[in-house]
Amino acid sequence: MQSLKVIGLAAGAVMLAGQAFAGATLDAVMDRGAVRCGVSGSLAGFSIPDSQGKMQGLDADICRAVAAAVLGDAEAVEFVPLSAQQRFTALQSGEVDVLSRNTTWTLTRDTALGLNFTNVTFYDGQGFMVRTDLGVTNASELDGAAICVQTGTTTEKNLTDYFRATGMTFDPVVFEGFEESVTAFVAGRCDVYTTDASGLASIRVSNVENPDDYVILPDIISKEPLGPVTRNDDDEWFDVVKWTVNALLNAEEMGISSANVDEMLTSDDPNIQRLLGVAPGMGESMKINEEWAYNAIKQVGNYSEIFERSVGTDTPLGFQRGVNALWTNGGLMYAPPIR
Amino acid sequence: MTIDTGESEALQPAKAVFYNDPKVRAVFWQIVAVVGVIAMFWFLIHNTITNLDRQNIASGFSFMDLEAGFAIGEGMVTYTPANTYWRAILVGLLNTIKVAVIGIVFATIIGSVVGVMRLSPNWLVARLATVYIESLRNVPLLLQLFFWYALIVGILPRAKEAYGPFLGVYLSNRGFNIPLPDTWGYMGLLAGFLIALVAVMWLRRRNKKIHDETGEIKNTLGPGMLIFAVVMMVGWLAGGAPTTLDSPEFKGFSFTGGGEVTSEFLALWLGLTLYTAAFIAEIVRSGIEAVSKGQWEAARSLGLKRGQILRFIVLPQALRVIIPPTTSQYLNLTKNSSLAVAIGYPDIVGVTNTTINQSGQAIEGIAIIMAVYLTLSLSISLFMNWYNTKLALVER
Repeated sequence: MQSLKVIGLAAGAVMLAGQAFAGATLDAVMDRGAVRCGVSGSLAGFSIPDSQGKMQGLDADICRAVAAAVLGDAEAVEFVPLSAQQRFTALQSGEVDVLSRNTTWTLTRDTALGLNFTNVTFYDGQGFMVRTDLGVTNASELDGAAICVQTGTTTEKNLTDYFRATGMTFDPVVFEGFEESVTAFVAGRCDVYTTDASGLASIRVSNVENPDDYVILPDIISKEPLGPVTRNDDDEWFDVVKWTVNALLNAEEMGISSANVDEMLTSDDPNIQRLLGVAPGMGESMKINEEWAYNAIKQVGNYSEIFERSVGTDTPLGFQRGVNALWTNGGLMYAPPIR
Repeated sequence: MTIDTGESEALQPAKAVFYNDPKVRAVFWQIVAVVGVIAMFWFLIHNTITNLDRQNIASGFSFMDLEAGFAIGEGMVTYTPANTYWRAILVGLLNTIKVAVIGIVFATIIGSVVGVMRLSPNWLVARLATVYIESLRNVPLLLQLFFWYALIVGILPRAKEAYGPFLGVYLSNRGFNIPLPDTWGYMGLLAGFLIALVAVMWLRRRNKKIHDETGEIKNTLGPGMLIFAVVMMVGWLAGGAPTTLDSPEFKGFSFTGGGEVTSEFLALWLGLTLYTAAFIAEIVRSGIEAVSKGQWEAARSLGLKRGQILRFIVLPQALRVIIPPTTSQYLNLTKNSSLAVAIGYPDIVGVTNTTINQSGQAIEGIAIIMAVYLTLSLSISLFMNWYNTKLALVER
């Protein structure tokens, strides 16, 4: 009952917590010398420990970029693995400073939960995975199927919405733990497993014996914009996280990478000068140092580097940039200007 | 005769200062404690509301009237995703009650049998019971649940290659798919069964009374069976003599028709029952051993057999020792059913978890779970206390 315990504790924390003040998070992070970052901890490509026990993936690198920007050290991150269900309570109660855990941006989460989504770091959508030998080619053939799903996600509701809209029936088997839900699917308890397409690809390469026995159906039944989340009572910290991610995207757009960022310090382009803090002012307006973007790019890399290293074509997940390409390349990634 | 009033006054204890008076002190500290407790709760509630408000988190139970929007795997009342959260939580509550009640019934039966077995003079029987008790009692329940679930899902075939049908029952890693009556005509059969049951119970009572008064032993079994056969037959004919059943049939992905006992329910029920039965067995054993040896010897000298001694002499006395600790095992079983969420059975915790996630109302959700378990536990306690009082030794 690990998760209930955490929720109970966090609920207790909400009951006992004193008054917080806007801006408190940034001060707390600086005092502590580390960013507490809520991650999944078990999703390949997004946040999963490698063989040395170091948290790797796109979500984990966003945490590192924030730490590099605020503290000048990308490794000054305390990763807190959270279940889908614990994550919001952990953020609300102040157990983590920022949640970077493949979390979908929705209206209710943004409003009723008292949270703020900073950016979209990965455009995803929910899909279905089935065993190849079922011979299913698209989602409309799934009437009556048993579907394994993990609780505490938008997935459950999307699934229900999709089947209601198409007038089909299904038999949900809902698990609290990720591992248990996948194990039950692999054992054949369910015909179908459903989660975000990126998650399916991750399961297909890392949780099953033979990836060819499973096929991901082409249907995407929902929009799942994933991104970092902060509490909505602290605009200052919200801005820091938001603009760190924007800096990573702008860096890719300007052609600044971890390899050439030092050369770029001498660039004549005023946009680059402002981003890297050569022309001061940007860091000061966020009450952090002027090298914030330089540190983040130098130590973690721009968005493209993070993407390719975590989930790109050379990784087992093998994602194309697709909708996650920059707007200049026909994708959706568009960061507001740094000025 | 003179009385020295001065001396007698000196003999009386000095009047204590009011704050040293034990009575005043007792009242004072009780008031302080009550005020303290009230102040603490007021602080917690007020602080929670203030904090939730400050963080712009919605609070209150009004969200429960909204459409739930998620599906639930199994339930005893009709439910669609278009129903409210209330309805969803009712489904979860009934699922919890279902597994708790069936679990308690079977744990009691198995526990009693194993407890008696452990005292058996037969070496093998006694050792088997010991092994059962010691191994199940000492492995964490959550692990056992994973074990049973992995066993059911891993060993049984997929739905397509289900074993069966045995008498219309299919067995797969989805669970049991059983045929169910398909017309209301079967209600006649059920009514017949109930009427026969009442009749046989009355007969048994009458025979016992005759035995008590005259010592004449009348056979209940034969006439009882006859009553069941005749009355149920009449009921079946009155219901239009239905012969068809709604049998499960594999179509597309899953079975349609008939009823389903899911593997999640089976694993949870099996785990809870066997685990709790091991504890109940020990309680039964200790209860039997608490009956003094003289009772056994006296019964034996009257020529009673072992089974008769247990039934008429020992168990009725042991029951008084057994009931109170068994009550807490029933409470444990009910509360342990909350582990269901680990193996995908939609109990009250599982459904409320989903509700918390969809609505974001964590404090309200946890409050509902706490209220539900508190109510269930108190109900079981009340019932068992009533039963205990009923069985208590009446001094004559």
